Amino acid sequence: MIKMVLPYILYLAILVILAFPLGLYIGKVMNGEKTMLSPVFLPFEKAVYKIIKVKADEEMSWKKYLSCTFLFSAAGLVFLTALQMLQAYLPGNPQRLPNVPWDLSFNTAASFVTNTNWQAYTGEATLSYLTQSLGLTVQNFVSAATGIAVLFALIRAFNKVKSKVIGNFWVDMTRILIHLLIPLNFVIAICLVAGGVVQNFKPAETVSLVEPIAVSSEGNIIEDAVIDMDTETVTVNGEIIDNAEIVTEQIVPLGPAASQIAIKQTGTNGGGYFGVNSAHPLENPNNFTNIIEMTGLLLIPAALCFTFGRNIRNKKQGTAIFMAMFLMLVVSLGVIAVSEQSATPQLSQNGAVDISATMQPGGNMEGKETRFGITASSTWAAYTTAASNGSVNSMHDSYTPIGGMITMLQMQLGEVIFGGVGCGLYGMLAFAILTVFIAGLMVGRTPEFLGKKIEPYEMKWSVLVCLATPIGILVGSGIAAAVPAVLESLNNPGAHGFSELLYTYSSAGGNNGSAFAGFNANTPFLNISIGLVMLFVRFLPIAGILAVAGSLAAKKKVAVTAGTLSTTNAMFVFLLIVIVLLVGALSFFPALSLGPLAEFFSCTF
Amino acid sequence: MSEKTKSAFTDKKILSRALKDSFIKLSPRTQSQNPVMFLVYVSAVMTTLLWIAALFGIRDSSVGYTFSIAVILWFTVLFANFAEAIAEGRGKAQADSLRASKKDVEAYKIESAEKKESITAVPSSSLKKGDIVIVKAGEQIPADGEVIDGAASVDESAITGESAPVIRESGGDRSAVTGGTTVLSDWIVVKVTSEAGESFLDKMIAMVEGATRKKTPNEIALQIFLIALSIIFILVTMSLYTYSLFSAKLAGVENPTSVTTLIALLVCLAPTTIGALLSSIGIAGMSRLNQANVLAMSGRAIEAAGDVDVLMLDKTGTITLGNRQASAFVPVDGVSAEELADAAQLSSLADETPEGRSIVVLAKDRFGIRARSLSGKDVEFIPFTAKTRMSGVNYDGIEIRKGAADAVKEYVISNGGTYSRQCEETVRKIAEQGGTPLVVAKNNKILGVIHLKDIIKDGVKEKFADLRKMGIKTIMITGDNPLTAAAIAAEAGVDDFLAEATPEGKLKMIRDFQAGGHMVAMTGDGTNDAPALAQADVAVAMNSGTQAAKEAGNMVDLDSSPTKLIEIVRIGKQLLMTRGSLTTFSIANDVAKYFAIIPALFIGLYPGLQALNIMGLHSPQSAVLSAIIYNALIIVALIPLALKGVKYREVSSGKLLTQNLLIYGLGGIVTPFVCIKIIDVLLTVMGLV
Repeated sequence: MIKMVLPYILYLAILVILAFPLGLYIGKVMNGEKTMLSPVFLPFEKAVYKIIKVKADEEMSWKKYLSCTFLFSAAGLVFLTALQMLQAYLPGNPQRLPNVPWDLSFNTAASFVTNTNWQAYTGEATLSYLTQSLGLTVQNFVSAATGIAVLFALIRAFNKVKSKVIGNFWVDMTRILIHLLIPLNFVIAICLVAGGVVQNFKPAETVSLVEPIAVSSEGNIIEDAVIDMDTETVTVNGEIIDNAEIVTEQIVPLGPAASQIAIKQTGTNGGGYFGVNSAHPLENPNNFTNIIEMTGLLLIPAALCFTFGRNIRNKKQGTAIFMAMFLMLVVSLGVIAVSEQSATPQLSQNGAVDISATMQPGGNMEGKETRFGITASSTWAAYTTAASNGSVNSMHDSYTPIGGMITMLQMQLGEVIFGGVGCGLYGMLAFAILTVFIAGLMVGRTPEFLGKKIEPYEMKWSVLVCLATPIGILVGSGIAAAVPAVLESLNNPGAHGFSELLYTYSSAGGNNGSAFAGFNANTPFLNISIGLVMLFVRFLPIAGILAVAGSLAAKKKVAVTAGTLSTTNAMFVFLLIVIVLLVGALSFFPALSLGPLAEFFSCTF
Repeated sequence: MSEKTKSAFTDKKILSRALKDSFIKLSPRTQSQNPVMFLVYVSAVMTTLLWIAALFGIRDSSVGYTFSIAVILWFTVLFANFAEAIAEGRGKAQADSLRASKKDVEAYKIESAEKKESITAVPSSSLKKGDIVIVKAGEQIPADGEVIDGAASVDESAITGESAPVIRESGGDRSAVTGGTTVLSDWIVVKVTSEAGESFLDKMIAMVEGATRKKTPNEIALQIFLIALSIIFILVTMSLYTYSLFSAKLAGVENPTSVTTLIALLVCLAPTTIGALLSSIGIAGMSRLNQANVLAMSGRAIEAAGDVDVLMLDKTGTITLGNRQASAFVPVDGVSAEELADAAQLSSLADETPEGRSIVVLAKDRFGIRARSLSGKDVEFIPFTAKTRMSGVNYDGIEIRKGAADAVKEYVISNGGTYSRQCEETVRKIAEQGGTPLVVAKNNKILGVIHLKDIIKDGVKEKFADLRKMGIKTIMITGDNPLTAAAIAAEAGVDDFLAEATPEGKLKMIRDFQAGGHMVAMTGDGTNDAPALAQADVAVAMNSGTQAAKEAGNMVDLDSSPTKLIEIVRIGKQLLMTRGSLTTFSIANDVAKYFAIIPALFIGLYPGLQALNIMGLHSPQSAVLSAIIYNALIIVALIPLALKGVKYREVSSGKLLTQNLLIYGLGGIVTPFVCIKIIDVLLTVMGLV
């Protein structure tokens, strides 16, 4: 038992140990305080200000901050769409890939600008090198930075008293990129390369297979085939199969993978370099790289909790928020791990599948890599759907109904269990505002949070921030379920088929980007509707949080007394969790009961 | 206000009016004021239409079932209307009786206070600001105003419900009179300060009736939350319809969900409990305040009362009994205590003040000195005046004086006597202990000092300790010197004090607290309190106070009781707590409702979902009906709580939260499971489903 639990504890411990100091570092950097690394990075920071003509001490009103955020993202969206639609005419396209259709271009652009990294395309076969590097990679960095910047506008607002300004968007972006994202990912990329992840600029290589395989005309591997290389005939049980093709060689794609993988993980982006993401042996070859990538997934979101506590000068508050997220993560991870380890009743019946974990990975191993087993796969699945990352090292579509439901639910909760960089924490703070509203009333006070009164204006926007995800998912999937053509995108019948649809929109609605593998999302309707959902759930909360920030900054601070509701004790953590779960459960209980729950109960009965 | 003890439920008149109003409130315009209930209203209309369509053969589900759902939804709307109507009932009844006293009377207008003879009779409704009227015994005061001449006893029972008459006189802090009250004796000349339609009585009628009731910011914020939840549930039910279509297609069966059931689900999930009771809670809070004889000028003021964390309390009347009592005779310069007591008693015989009487009582208790009657030609009592600050008696050539230390000192020295160090020391000691020293001199010789003690009211110390637990700081305001104030403050257990308080001092203190993020409440009556009242977050003006004070405050205490502030805070907190607790209860209810309805909806599609039917409800139809019947009945069941407010104790915020979460959170989860099951059993037993 202890042996089984130990790796999980180790994974979580590594995360917390690294997140704490990083959080303090980010806090210092964003306040413009001196750090050990300042002498190295400060000249770059100043140079950037000079180039973009920004005065570092000039703060913006929330409206200005918001318009900068929106314009910056809109420019990214337009640029990225155009880049794809015109890639055939542009350089950096040695494979002569054609222009990307408009609907797919829009979907991909929306996906990367919103830090979702939903991939309706097949990476290597659709996008040119130029599009990948100038478009996607750049967005991986700046969309992550945007989320963090908005968070800091809010953090500052809690500190300010009767102020009209909440910071400077360009300064925030510059500091995040120069002091945090670029150096951190440089280090991680080096580690990954050391662990065996590819990083080069060579073209794809062709290698011989150990033994040839036979493939039918539809492209499926023929099982039990006997291949005669001399006559080039394929026989199964003595019968000759016509039209069978014999494959002896394999193309191994190469390229600058490690550097992209680093930011894909730490920026909660999730868009893989290779098609199967971190399940690919060159993207994530072994347990060493796996731990780095997995920890990288939650590192910044977890660190930001501590940053929050430090920068509002209330460390306990940061810890309380961290605890709420951490406890939810541990429970999710626990449920996924137990579900996958014990598999389904059908699998474990009469020992059909070994579900012990003593000698070899047992349990529900379908869709999982043997080199990672249940432990590293479950942990990754919990991490990637907790953070709105979406990279995978196993296929969530093949999880048990309950295991798969948890991954879905974590996204449906609005990606606030650590969530995306910056946006997870500001989403959680909006939930905290809802929590103090209800709890504050129950102790006979008009609600306040961190000394700021919560009034109709804050309530309106916080509610919208919290409900953006449920609204996006429900509307998107509700409409999609009514569109007849969507049925053709499914890979499975029955409740699991519905789960695939629900997962798709949950992934978009949580800005996550992972997928239930069976679902074919590259149709004009799905591209457009998913793209719109991603934009909605990203930018409505950003507008809401900045509006709240503007309003809070302008308020005076209320004194803390014994009558004030404590927002740092265990009771508050408990309540916050309850509110998050309640909003999620109330919104999605019917949907989940038609998908994973129906599937689960049909398994057991 | 006279019907304080009657509950709104037992009053037949209020009840029947509320029933009638429940139907009047069915008009769409009234309904649209409350978004959550409007949703139920629209749902009721829709199911009714579905029922009519079903009668003509266009069936969404069976005729009887659709009919039942429609009827229950209409009842849900009516119950919500009833909750509001009954909360308004008491106020309306009160407004009626107030209106009765607001009849148009003849006003006797005069040109000025000096020319009382040239009277013109005009109707009171035509009086303008600045007009001067004379009111004599037996007449009703025609308008709000300030007494500028004369003094009279006035019956204010029409407004305060208190039948004992009060004195109103020109000058000072008892010069304000209210239109609609009656002069019992003597006469007064009144300068009108408000015109018809804006009088205190008009405002009072509007307030108790709730006509001018605006939604408070907190109510609006809560409503935003409730609307958002409702929108989510609309999306949940709408998407559920397409999900169901989709899943049915995948399974190759017919769509199992009917629009009627989805509407029922929507109403169940929407926060109808709190939606229905929200305005009743607000009205009832206001009504509770009225019953405490406090008139709030806005609902906002009551909520602010819940947030108050600094209470500025007047020492006299709130912390100490209004009068001081003699507690010891301290002789000086070798005089015996008995001699001192004897002289003190003599000088106090004609002193009718409570302090004077307490000296006589103490002399009798300690030394058995009986009351004597000093009658004769050469007995002369010297009354206390603000100028001399001494009182006393002259008889048989003996002069006895008692009074403030410095006044007596000056008197003795100017007449050639001496004021010893021992006396000075004694005076200082008494002041240090929080007492008031009263020096007694006989024929220019100081005999000693009477220790007058402030009597702290019973239970105030415990009260302040409770308040402290709730995070409320108490500040004692007194005119005493700092030494005395400190001693009393320590004895009463207040957190801080403001000694030798001046209006400027009070104002500054309030501003300082507010700058530190505190919310300050205070009471005041005098005109010089007006600036501080205007600055305070919750400002309670005494009804006996001046017009200026009443205008500066945001509440008026009709009883003019200084302890009212604590009660106001309690009512404010209770109001907010009731809102929060019922919201929690309402949302917690949804868990059980889901477990009732979701299996009912999809059991045909996925039989495995029977596992979610943990209540073991009889059939899908009975499950939906039970849930929606529960949803309607719980509104009625909670009306008394909404009117009365949730239970409130003075404990820390953490304890309050735990307690309310257990009752309304956990209770909100468990109650519907039990009730829905019971309703389901009843429906099954009665053969209704």
